[in-house]
Amino acid sequence: MTVDAGRGFVRINLDREKCIGSGQCVLAAPDWFDQDEDGIAIVLEGTASEEDSEDVHQAAYTCPALAISLDSE
Amino acid sequence: MDRTPGCPLDLPVKLRELAKTAPVSRVRIWDGSTPWLITGYAEAREVLTDPRASSDQRLPGYTFAAPQAKAFHTRNRSMPTVDDPEHAYLRRMVTADFSNRKAEALRPVFQRTMDELVDAMLAAGNTADLFADLAVPMSSKAICEVLGVHHSEGERFAALGRIMAVPGSPDSVHARVVEDMRALLSSLVQQAHTDPSDGVIGHLVRAGELPDEEIVATALLVMAAGHGATAHMTTLGTMALLTHPDQLELVRESRDPVFIANAVEELLRYLSVAHLGRRRVAKEDLEVGGVLIRKGEGIIVATDTANHDPRAFDGDPDALDLHRDARHHLAFGFGVHQCLGQQLSRVLLQVVYGTLYRRIPTLELAIPVDQISYKLDLAIYGVNELPVKW
Repeated sequence: MTVDAGRGFVRINLDREKCIGSGQCVLAAPDWFDQDEDGIAIVLEGTASEEDSEDVHQAAYTCPALAISLDSE
Repeated sequence: MDRTPGCPLDLPVKLRELAKTAPVSRVRIWDGSTPWLITGYAEAREVLTDPRASSDQRLPGYTFAAPQAKAFHTRNRSMPTVDDPEHAYLRRMVTADFSNRKAEALRPVFQRTMDELVDAMLAAGNTADLFADLAVPMSSKAICEVLGVHHSEGERFAALGRIMAVPGSPDSVHARVVEDMRALLSSLVQQAHTDPSDGVIGHLVRAGELPDEEIVATALLVMAAGHGATAHMTTLGTMALLTHPDQLELVRESRDPVFIANAVEELLRYLSVAHLGRRRVAKEDLEVGGVLIRKGEGIIVATDTANHDPRAFDGDPDALDLHRDARHHLAFGFGVHQCLGQQLSRVLLQVVYGTLYRRIPTLELAIPVDQISYKLDLAIYGVNELPVKW
């Protein structure tokens, strides 16, 4: 999960205000997301390398509250 | 809507045609109104995540699935029938009780219940009704755990829950049972004031933010929304597997929890038991798939049809394929109202499907498939009973 210098990666933005605690991100990408004691999502790791980012993209796509956005950098 | 005789698990032909030709179209429903029907996957996601598509059933233009649904939701104003920020306020109070961690913590509890129920089925002979003997008690157990219903009330709770979940009870019977359930939950809320248990009821009482009657309404919602859906999904999923022997074989032989979890997602997609659509009404004009929906017009999002949209799922979406990646299905809905109990439901179904065919490898239907009777008129697609033998 560490990002190699000079290679593409995606940055994870989570809007905790929008989160409804569905847990979809935790299912899709458990290495990047967890839930706090209220069941609201938290980000464990803020970036993923491009080749490692399939789970993170799945998390963003299946978030029902559209609370996750990804920036490619 | 009627399904093709002989193909009880296939979507109604009319809906499948609409999905191909007109993902956004107008229909006439039981009360004579003509709401919009959304059958495309992308269009369904669009509507369900659009705050202008309201869930507020008091707004003119809101379409109810049936008179019974109208009566229930008018009496029980709660999470599914209000918009943000009121919805978010109510939902946040209970998200902890439905988290992934909570669901995983219940896995061994569900497994123990499942093992006991299978033991009882095997001890009783070589036939059973999978709905009454397995699906309903499993589902009851899950709801009791999440609400925090004491063991002493578990039996009464299960008995009422069984009647609520069985399709085809006359409206008068259904209404009386709902009132009995409301009275039981009311007494549980009273008890929780002196002895708050773990679970939704105890947490809401301890939080002290909602009046008792709203705590009762929330508990009743968890019961009404979760119990039947889980029980029917358990039963119909088993029926789907028993009528697809090649797919059943995959589940029976698998010891891989990742495969079982994927199989559950595909069964959720394929069956989409919440088959009467998600109901919305436009609070403002909005455009979906190039079609203008005007303020005040009703919208029915046919998530079951969207779950069979070939633009969204690889291969033939009308086929059951347990290796398919179906994780983005809309069986639990989408948007902020997505099913609160989905992670609990997943774990329960993983336990059921991962156990049943392994423990009873010769399980089969005890009556010809065309003699099974279905209920098309309630919010959850299901069967009255599923006689099985081994």
